[in-house]
Amino acid sequence: MSFISRGFRGRRRDPDADPSRVPPGQYVTEGFPVLSAGPTPHTPLDEWTFSIVNGDERKSWTWEEFRALPSETATVDVHCVTRWSKLDTIWEGVSVDTLLEEVEYDAPYVLAFCDGGYTTNLPIEDVTDGKAWVAFAYDGEPLDPEHGGPARLLVPHLYFWKSAKWVRGLELRDENEPGFWETYGYHIYGDPWREQRYSGD
Amino acid sequence: MNWEVATVDDVVDETARVRTIVLDVPEWPGHRAGQHLDVRLTAEDGYRAEREYSIASAPGEPVAITVERLEDGEVSPYLTQELRAGDGLELRGPIGGHFVWGPENGGPVLLVAGGSGVVPLRAMLRHRLRSGTDLPVRLLYSSRTLDDVIYREELDQASDGVAVVYTLTREQPPGWTGHARRVDPELLEEVAWPPEDDARAFVCGPTSFVETVADGLVELGYPPVRVKTERFGATGVK
Repeated sequence: MSFISRGFRGRRRDPDADPSRVPPGQYVTEGFPVLSAGPTPHTPLDEWTFSIVNGDERKSWTWEEFRALPSETATVDVHCVTRWSKLDTIWEGVSVDTLLEEVEYDAPYVLAFCDGGYTTNLPIEDVTDGKAWVAFAYDGEPLDPEHGGPARLLVPHLYFWKSAKWVRGLELRDENEPGFWETYGYHIYGDPWREQRYSGD
Repeated sequence: MNWEVATVDDVVDETARVRTIVLDVPEWPGHRAGQHLDVRLTAEDGYRAEREYSIASAPGEPVAITVERLEDGEVSPYLTQELRAGDGLELRGPIGGHFVWGPENGGPVLLVAGGSGVVPLRAMLRHRLRSGTDLPVRLLYSSRTLDDVIYREELDQASDGVAVVYTLTREQPPGWTGHARRVDPELLEEVAWPPEDDARAFVCGPTSFVETVADGLVELGYPPVRVKTERFGATGVK
């Protein structure tokens, strides 16, 4: 018999949301909350680069070069570990597949690195085959710095901390080294549908 | 991380909209000042709602959370109006390891709070007091009105080495001589430790507040790695 909270009925605040699109423990928000661990970086675009690092090799794009790459529009649901989900968010970005085409690799993991020192780790199969983007626009507008602009990783099938803000590159890695939040007890993989919020979930 | 059922030991009204809930948690592994926990409510038909709340008490004290009632909220009205001593409350934690402070992290310390963002910072202040360290702390605390100041009595009795500076943004009582505006770069410069003191800064509040303060501290010369932030969004995520 599981615990019942005396007197709690709940507001069920998402009557219009399709329950099959809302992972366990999440609620749908219309807003776009901001969560980050430190000050918002403001890297000027003429100093910004995006890099794929593979051992000693490094393939880099300037902002202009990056923006000249073919981009895609992605309409996706995003799920934050702090329990809000936002449905049908519209992004524009460069597919990670497009970026990885430029390098030869067989590494099983990537570590995303960012302005401000933030990192997050992902299996390579979770950022390839059309599952991840480096997004530079949200809802038709350049991505706001608070939300990770000029560019953030977008990996919508995992909890949103994996969609690293202010991303500056991906490092191909042989080991699944925990990133920033992962070393602080958050789940190494972070599947919202299996409610993998914290280490051991 | 496992859920467990804690028992509400006491409830304390801090302001008209804010209540502290003191909990007896049988299997609590201990926490650090600044961490948070998850709360899960379950209705009789199995419907569940989960939220996270900052821990308001110091390590070694009974676990307490301080909750601000959001009028359009689902969980905070229950916690602040329905829940009473003797009730069970399902939770798990502690969570988070970035926005934490203890004497081993050094000082001086700058705490900047907007509204209920003071909660994890209060845990740090209590931890400082209990640990006996003399590391100096400054707290800059922005509230709408004097009646909205959480922990006012406790903060007014701040111990040696702790300076508390209030700013009241919406309404000030007659004769108020303190600050009366939103935190801006000038106010930060006046209150914050100068950057050469290598202070550890912790900023907690609504997003726009945290953005202003964190940007302002970096402008003053604080290295970004010395500025740790905790934000809650427009929908009352925390």
